[in-house]
Amino acid sequence: MNPLQSARVALRALRVNKLRSALTMLGIIIGVGAVIAMVGVGAGAQARVAEQIQSLGSNLIIVLSGSTTAGGIRGGQGTRLTITEEDAAAIGREIAAVHASAPSMRGTAQIVYGNLNWATGIQGVTPEYFEAREWTTVAGRVFTPEDLAGATKVALLGQTTAQNLFGDADPLGQIVRIKKVPFTVIGLLDRKGQNSWGQDQDDVAVIPLTTAKKKVLGVSQANARSVGAISIKIRAGEDMVEAEAQIRELLRQRHRLQPYQDDDFTVRNLSEILQAQEESSKVMTYLLAAIASVSLLVGGIGIMNIMLVSVTERTREIGLRMAVGARGRDILLQFLVEAVTLSLIGGVIGIALGLGSSRAISEFAEWRTQVPAASVAMAFGFAAGVGVFFGFYPARKAARLDPIEALRYE
Amino acid sequence: MVIVTEGLTKDYRLGRHVVHALRGVSVSVDRGEFLAVMGPSGSGKSTFMNLLGCLDTPTQGRYLIDGEDVAGLDRDALARIRSRKIGFVFQTFNLLARTTALENVELPLLYSTVPARTRRERARRRLADVGLANREHHHPSQLSGGQQQRVAIARALVNDPTVILADEPTGALDTRTSLEIMALLQSLNREGMTIVVVTHESDVAAHAGRILSFRDGRVIRDERVPAPRDAVAALAELPRDAEAEAEEAVA
Repeated sequence: MNPLQSARVALRALRVNKLRSALTMLGIIIGVGAVIAMVGVGAGAQARVAEQIQSLGSNLIIVLSGSTTAGGIRGGQGTRLTITEEDAAAIGREIAAVHASAPSMRGTAQIVYGNLNWATGIQGVTPEYFEAREWTTVAGRVFTPEDLAGATKVALLGQTTAQNLFGDADPLGQIVRIKKVPFTVIGLLDRKGQNSWGQDQDDVAVIPLTTAKKKVLGVSQANARSVGAISIKIRAGEDMVEAEAQIRELLRQRHRLQPYQDDDFTVRNLSEILQAQEESSKVMTYLLAAIASVSLLVGGIGIMNIMLVSVTERTREIGLRMAVGARGRDILLQFLVEAVTLSLIGGVIGIALGLGSSRAISEFAEWRTQVPAASVAMAFGFAAGVGVFFGFYPARKAARLDPIEALRYE
Repeated sequence: MVIVTEGLTKDYRLGRHVVHALRGVSVSVDRGEFLAVMGPSGSGKSTFMNLLGCLDTPTQGRYLIDGEDVAGLDRDALARIRSRKIGFVFQTFNLLARTTALENVELPLLYSTVPARTRRERARRRLADVGLANREHHHPSQLSGGQQQRVAIARALVNDPTVILADEPTGALDTRTSLEIMALLQSLNREGMTIVVVTHESDVAAHAGRILSFRDGRVIRDERVPAPRDAVAALAELPRDAEAEAEEAVA
């Protein structure tokens, strides 16, 4: 018998017990559907994290000012501005792996346009900042070194800020007031979305660092050159951990810290944190898929059970087929094809169900889901594998029947 | 010689006991013979039949079918021989339910080397040979017992076997239908087919040209029947009953 004929015989046998075949398939349908849906949820989460890494800027290290310690009471991070513009310049100059090193200061202020106002984050930055954060404008331009040197009153708006002040109108060339200081809007920044802890990165107005210090945020009494943070972009292919160590060592030297003293700054490797998150969401995907495959396994046992019943019920048929010339392998193939047919039809329906429920999850739970083509192919292959694995024992049992006994079976 | 057995012996092990089902049977059957195998239950006739049908192998002795020695062949090789040389007819017909008469007849061809194109045609011809050309697409449940047994005979013939082995072929049929089946077997035999019928009814055995009687695993009598009973003539003598008329009307 060729495989096509075997498939026809199998389909006919399955049609005889429609309800039973459907219920058996249901096990595989639910199993495959669950695997696809769970992989969809997991892969969606993974894609989201990957996107966050992208929005943050890849290979980014951030140095934050340290904390004050006064009379044994330790202040929060950034309570004392320990790092300076010179530190940023030194990092850019002395560490080979650094692509861009950008000092910045952060504050909050009311920003006014016409009769509208909006409280937003004010970032005072240098032109390198846009490079370090991989942030570009969708309209207008970023700062030039001249803007920085001249402390010009120009501002770039994040999407959220622009939306709140201008709606759909074009903000370019308009005058906004930040702490009563008029600024000309010279650019609109590209959308960055939320960062990994849900903060809206587009709710911001970016102005030159010099302007920020002189007109908006003010300067530290202790050191006019101090800044809140340095954003450092490491060249692609460089070792992040090694670069982080070099930055720490350089800053300790510059700050003249003795070996017994703690760092007076904090170095954060944010992409590393996100990569860990990505890793954990990958693990979650595997975990979900593994849990879902348990139901596939149960479905497989269902197939085995039904095939065993079927072999017993059709003992006489098997005996007859053997009497008219079927070899053991013909019988084996017949029942194996039947089991695989069950599992493959179940697999196809299960894939449809999985894709449907993955879409439903993203629709109703507003989770992002995405089902990679490879996982669909894998689920299909897995279903076929389940059919072969759990169909083999009953099929072999059928193939090993003694024709005389089988013909006599009541 | 189509069938030659020499000292055919079959022992079964039942727990600690050994049952000697056949104790050395030596028989030769010529091409074109009509042989009836008789004997009470437990006489070894079923075991003999299973060995002739290559469903089992002897414990001792030789069995040659068409000159081919069966002893020592494995399951697959036995299946090949069944496929090429033997047509089975059973007491309970053993047709596949929910499968048309034509497909039932075609079944042995699925396991043969007959090309797929010619299978349906051969099956159709065999079904016509047994007088059921107009029943091709009926399922067994839509056929009378006699018609079902004819389908089974067509199935046995479809591979052009060397011998037809019929195990109590009339056991589940009434007198008239039994005679019709025997008439069919006799006509096949006249065309040259070698037929072996196992039965415990002497009425049925009387249609054969040679009767082999078994008892306790041995052949106790091997007799030629000079003038076998003619089933067609016997049919003509039967009083026609309403049931048979009804069946013929359906046909």
